[in-house]
Amino acid sequence: MEILTVNSKDTLKFNPQLFGLWIGMASIVMLFGALTSAYIVKQGASNWFNIKVPSIFYISTGIIIVSSITLHFASVSYTKSLESIYKILLGATFILGLVFFVLQYKGWNMLFESGVDLKSNVAGSFFYLITGAHALHLFGGMGALVATIINAFVLRFGNDDKRKTRLEMLVHYWHFMGILWIYLLGFILFIK
Amino acid sequence: MASVETLTREDVLIKEQGFNDHFHDHHHGDKYQTGFLGHYVFSMDHKVIARQFLITGIFWAVVGAAMSIIFRLQLGFPEESMAWLKPLLGKWIEVTDGVGKLSPEFYYALVTMHGTILVFFVLTAGLSGTFSNLLIPLQLGARDMASPFLNMLSYWFFFMAGMVMLYSLFISTGPFSGGWTAYPPLSALPQASQGSGSGMTLWLVSLTLFVVSVLLGGINYITTVLNLRTKGMSLFRMPLTIWAFFVTAVIGVLSFPVLASGFFMLIFDRSLGTSFFLNEIFIGGQALDRVGGSAILYQHLFWFLGHPEVYIIILPAMGIVSEVLSVHARKPIFGYTAMILSILAIAFLSFIVWAHHMFMSGVNPFISNFFVVFTLIIAVPSAIKVFNWITTLYGGNIRLNTAMLYAIGFISMFISGGLTGIFLGNSAIDIQLHDTYFVVAHFHIVMGVAAFFGMFAGIYHWYPKMYSRFMDETLGKVHFWLTMVGAYLVFWPMHYIGMAGVPRRYYSFDTFDAFKHFDTLNKFITIAAIIVFIGQLIFVVNFFYSIWKGKKMTTQNPYGATTLEWTTPIEPIHGNWPGNLPTVHRWAYDYNKDEREFVTQVEPAKEGEVVDH
Repeated sequence: MEILTVNSKDTLKFNPQLFGLWIGMASIVMLFGALTSAYIVKQGASNWFNIKVPSIFYISTGIIIVSSITLHFASVSYTKSLESIYKILLGATFILGLVFFVLQYKGWNMLFESGVDLKSNVAGSFFYLITGAHALHLFGGMGALVATIINAFVLRFGNDDKRKTRLEMLVHYWHFMGILWIYLLGFILFIK
Repeated sequence: MASVETLTREDVLIKEQGFNDHFHDHHHGDKYQTGFLGHYVFSMDHKVIARQFLITGIFWAVVGAAMSIIFRLQLGFPEESMAWLKPLLGKWIEVTDGVGKLSPEFYYALVTMHGTILVFFVLTAGLSGTFSNLLIPLQLGARDMASPFLNMLSYWFFFMAGMVMLYSLFISTGPFSGGWTAYPPLSALPQASQGSGSGMTLWLVSLTLFVVSVLLGGINYITTVLNLRTKGMSLFRMPLTIWAFFVTAVIGVLSFPVLASGFFMLIFDRSLGTSFFLNEIFIGGQALDRVGGSAILYQHLFWFLGHPEVYIIILPAMGIVSEVLSVHARKPIFGYTAMILSILAIAFLSFIVWAHHMFMSGVNPFISNFFVVFTLIIAVPSAIKVFNWITTLYGGNIRLNTAMLYAIGFISMFISGGLTGIFLGNSAIDIQLHDTYFVVAHFHIVMGVAAFFGMFAGIYHWYPKMYSRFMDETLGKVHFWLTMVGAYLVFWPMHYIGMAGVPRRYYSFDTFDAFKHFDTLNKFITIAAIIVFIGQLIFVVNFFYSIWKGKKMTTQNPYGATTLEWTTPIEPIHGNWPGNLPTVHRWAYDYNKDEREFVTQVEPAKEGEVVDH
């Protein structure tokens, strides 16, 4: 996609692509805000079972935090033109991302085996819906990460503005997904 | 490109004072404009996309209005045979002994589709999609939107949403028929009614695509307004149209995701057997095993979008009206800053009043008090805006062309419809008035007709910027008077029957003694509605006739307006300005200042002149 940034130098306070992403993230906040508000409203009504969250979700939380750190340093090494470290850290982030998905999947299975299925109680339905919606959004981030990795290995290493912006967008979105996950897990654990 | 002889004062100013962004150094233009597909279909030029939104909106407006005529025939003339509609409606007209009856299921489907189509496809996409696209870059001095590609996607998602909805009209069980708000359980259980099956599935798919369209469009509008303004165009020099579109986009981006979350839960309930919105339901005497959910929860999620949605519809109309009034009254808009603050206040309040749609749905009456108070407070910024519009007209040198007539008509509609809102905002009066024709009359006048008036004002006013020609003024005035008088004749009587308690959405009142004596009034409303509908066909003919045969635009700035779109060439080009981008030196409303009728925004300030307000 081509972005017209021609007159941006004069009025611009912020890169328009990055700014657009932030507006998109604001709308994602509203989506999860709505889901968690609905959770509170429903919880206040009758017929609600408290779920015991499988501990594997704590490990996945750790993984997503570490992946944010590796991606952060990938971005730092890109700016410093440390090509090989940049590639390694991008790859590491990708693997950590995959591990996160696997752990989430295992967590859902464990929850299912403990007797909490999608249908029987609304508390369970909410848990699967909210964590599933988060996984779906992170999947979008994985797509962007894969595109970045392909670029990193196929294109000649260069420090141009366009690529820098794209990397910056990926980093912001990835951190956002991490913070969102911590919020969602904390919400489910502490709102009782 | 203008030749040397035809250079206007503004052309010269832009040439001398504007700045070169090197846009025309590379040939972007060719990439977008060569070939039929690139130019007319998958265009990335904001002016083409605006026209795509408008023409698609007109198509849907005709379809939605035709539906209302069919169900008005049922309400006005329940005894008459509708067999003559059989070629159009097929099996939905049941003919027995030569007398054709509209099927009650299809009546509900028509009411549902009329609401969905008009609210989302016409008054959201057709109104803010058209004018945000057309005017944001032109009035801000930008070459195009921040992301022309996302802009194109926004239109095509809207188009796909429309196609899915259109398809749902033709399936054997018919389109969704549970009302445009799609409350569960009718929307959550495929077996609940005929339209709840495939019709509802397609409705959900269509509106999910529509949400994507609104989000892509909104992200683009906000980014463009905040980042791509030309030199000198500070936020408080922007025309009120842009303020309105900007705030509309912000509301859309924040409220549509909430609707999406409700849709996701609905999809889970429909397909995966969850019970977010379902509790202890019997269908055909059989108890379902779906327990633990709450139908009210969906209503909260729906109206958290639903109420901001009515401001998504009305704010662009307000912005357009402010601009058109000021231009054709040859006066600066009265209270520019107050107008902006009112828009912001309305936007803020729109998020904390949603439960006034649910006073009778079983929400706690003490919580209702909170919503009553904030609902009534909306009257304050609304009244400020009305006062400012009327004061702008006061003492103006008014040109009564069609655009101006519609702008003035908008004020009339907004006052009449707004006042009944004060009745409905009270939870106590709502016990009598909820779900009656009083509600129907209220929202049709204040956000249906009024928003249409704003849209018409915009179309007649900016038509030359879209097609380089004018629409026919005589036909335009005939259209205006038919619509103005006709709309009141349709909706005024509805207040009366609504106060008498006649409920909305009913197929027939045969069995209700209390409502039988309104049959003459219902006939009257139906006849008025048919006349208004024919009036709209005059507009459609005028619109398409004028694209090719309308009076040609001969000067860049036919109305003597101050804003930047009237400094672009008569024949639109990609990138909007042929050479430099204009530099802005003053606010958008310098009319009748220092002995001059108007001073465009590109004109530098004279020494000691106060250029802002």
